[in-house]
Amino acid sequence: MSDATADPRYRRTPPKRPIRFSWSDERVRAIVWQLLVVGIIVAVVWWLVRNTQHNLEVRRIATGFGFLNREAGLPIAEHIIDYSPTNTYLRALIVGVLNTLKVAVIGIVLATILGTLIGIARLSKNWLVSKIAGVYVEVIRDLPLLLQLLFWYTVLQGLPNPRNAMNPVAGVFLSNRGLLLPWVEWQAAHTGALLAMIVGVVLTWMYSDVMRARRMQDGQPRRVWPIAVLLILGLPVAVWALMGAPFTPDVPALRGFNFRGGFVVSPEYFALLVGLVTYTSGFIAEIVRAGILSVGHGQWEAAQALGLKPGTVLKQIVLPQALRVIVPPMTSQYLNLTKNSSLAVAIGYQDIVSIANTTLNQTGQAIEGIAIIMAVYLSISLSISLFMNWYNAKIALVER
Amino acid sequence: MVSFRKSRGSVIRAAVLSALVIGSTFAAAPASAQPQATATLDAIRARGSLVCGVNTGLAGFAQPDSQGVWRGFDVDYCRAVAVALFNDPNRVRYVPTTAQNRFTALQSGEVDMLARNTTWTLSRDTSLGLDFAATSFYDGQGFMVKRSANVEHAPQLDGATICVQPGTTTEQNLADWARANNIRFTPVVIERIEDNISAYLAGRCDAYTTDVSGLAATRAAQASPNDHVILPEVISKEPLGPAVRHGDQRFTDLVRWIHFGLVTAEELGITSGNAAQAAANDQRPDARRLLGRTGELGAMLSVDNAFMLNVIRAVGNYGEIFNRNLTPIGLQRGPNALWTTPGGLQYAPPFR
Repeated sequence: MSDATADPRYRRTPPKRPIRFSWSDERVRAIVWQLLVVGIIVAVVWWLVRNTQHNLEVRRIATGFGFLNREAGLPIAEHIIDYSPTNTYLRALIVGVLNTLKVAVIGIVLATILGTLIGIARLSKNWLVSKIAGVYVEVIRDLPLLLQLLFWYTVLQGLPNPRNAMNPVAGVFLSNRGLLLPWVEWQAAHTGALLAMIVGVVLTWMYSDVMRARRMQDGQPRRVWPIAVLLILGLPVAVWALMGAPFTPDVPALRGFNFRGGFVVSPEYFALLVGLVTYTSGFIAEIVRAGILSVGHGQWEAAQALGLKPGTVLKQIVLPQALRVIVPPMTSQYLNLTKNSSLAVAIGYQDIVSIANTTLNQTGQAIEGIAIIMAVYLSISLSISLFMNWYNAKIALVER
Repeated sequence: MVSFRKSRGSVIRAAVLSALVIGSTFAAAPASAQPQATATLDAIRARGSLVCGVNTGLAGFAQPDSQGVWRGFDVDYCRAVAVALFNDPNRVRYVPTTAQNRFTALQSGEVDMLARNTTWTLSRDTSLGLDFAATSFYDGQGFMVKRSANVEHAPQLDGATICVQPGTTTEQNLADWARANNIRFTPVVIERIEDNISAYLAGRCDAYTTDVSGLAATRAAQASPNDHVILPEVISKEPLGPAVRHGDQRFTDLVRWIHFGLVTAEELGITSGNAAQAAANDQRPDARRLLGRTGELGAMLSVDNAFMLNVIRAVGNYGEIFNRNLTPIGLQRGPNALWTTPGGLQYAPPFR
């Protein structure tokens, strides 16, 4: 309710009435009930805290977060940042958080793409395509995720051993130790190029915004892509070249038991990612389908009557309206995917739950360990929610 | 509207404040039942059964048989405690626990005791809120590999992928050993022991590491045990034993002395077969004390004076428990022989 539209009558203050200390006064009743409820909650929480503290003391169970600075001693197979068992529990937990983010972020992107494709496929006029998409959705949605994860993990374990690894393309190996891809020896110049690419994407986005605003003013279409290519590809290459253009290929090779070198996608990570993406995409497909169906047929027809091309109709007319229906439930799916990644424990992917569990087992500090897990998921989930709410507000129908 | 909202805000604030005051007046009341010296014993007696945390499934130590009855070395320790308390080995409820949730299960009171291949370490003894009653099994960590891998010694495992259970001393020992010997390895950590083993069998790992007893149990359970080799290197000391909650010394004492009683019985040659006869005829003073014919040793532990007689009749002495459960999976007595045998470490303080 904004001031411009508000009826001045509503802004008048209602007459004040003194509080009578009687049960018949609605405000007194309200205060009493609120006091009672808050009192009960505080008493229960206080009792739980006291009881826990007391029992921890009696049983001489260590408390506090001092253990975070102790040596962890636990080996972690996959780490984005440098890690060895001599590092602290804090670093081990950070590695766990990064592992969770690694699967959640990539999972969300892939699940969105796959889910959108399947959602559109289910609306296809091609009988076979729409039926296959329908069967996919029904099967995937009806099976428990844990079962699917174990299924994928078992399938990946059925791959040949490293010595008999599949070698479809030179330098690429697929075995029960995972997928190995050729890579480059990572150096500072590569990090610089990566940062330059991120800067390029941001600049491109800003540039296209400015161009769109100008187009709105004079109606002249402007080409954005030459500048975009320059910023997104040219800038990183330039940075890389300026920093000495290092390039040492790192091709995986079988040495002893395992492959050494190259970029490794472990079976644990791959099984978790595939499981989460296929499972969540089943739900996303239905959300996308619902979103597209929610746009009235008249909108399509009106757009076609204006002579717009089918692609333009989808991009400019249907999608902006469908997104308003799609985005809110999509947020829930993203949150689900992130939280479901905690099932990683079952197949041995060392995410935050796995590492925090080991930590609390070794230190015996279950309360602190669980608190850390909860804080991590809460932070990630709230970040996703905030971002999605911001995005939702941005694409919301601007009411005039 | 505006002023109305303002007044409601102050109401809420007042409510919260007064609730805090109310809450703090409650604060004088005591927080919880004080765990008394025999809280665990009282709780077990009131419940009528012992709740014992065991492994999720490890041949020889704790595993349900084809009838669903739990059998094994650790299980016999649960049964022995149940006999001492109720003179009935079946009054035990078994709770399978994983390496990761066993301590929480004990701390929270979900189980009365852990009989679950748990290594006695200083930090566990002091900061986990538990006490180790005794060392029922002296173990050490080793590696198992497939015969086809042609590995004969552990240092050859450089570069290998190794399956290990998370949250165990095994996991930490492995990291320590690899660092000390400059060996690089990739860990695969899966929580449930069965899933861990199946990952090794499927070839996800080159080696599987745990206590040598566990390796022997796993190897024996395979269709063709000869396809797997346990490497000769033992990289750690793993004294395994029953653990109980800290703060209940009576119950700790009972569990500890049941173990010592089992060892003493083997020393004295008292078995499940001859215990009843020995109770009647054996004139040796230490045998008479063990079987409750003289003295008040049982009463000192708040159980029947003939508790060891009942225990031995129901589960046998230490040697019988070992032979029944662990000899079939190919384990030698080794350090778990009586101290009277060369190399044996099982020794019981005097039963008097």
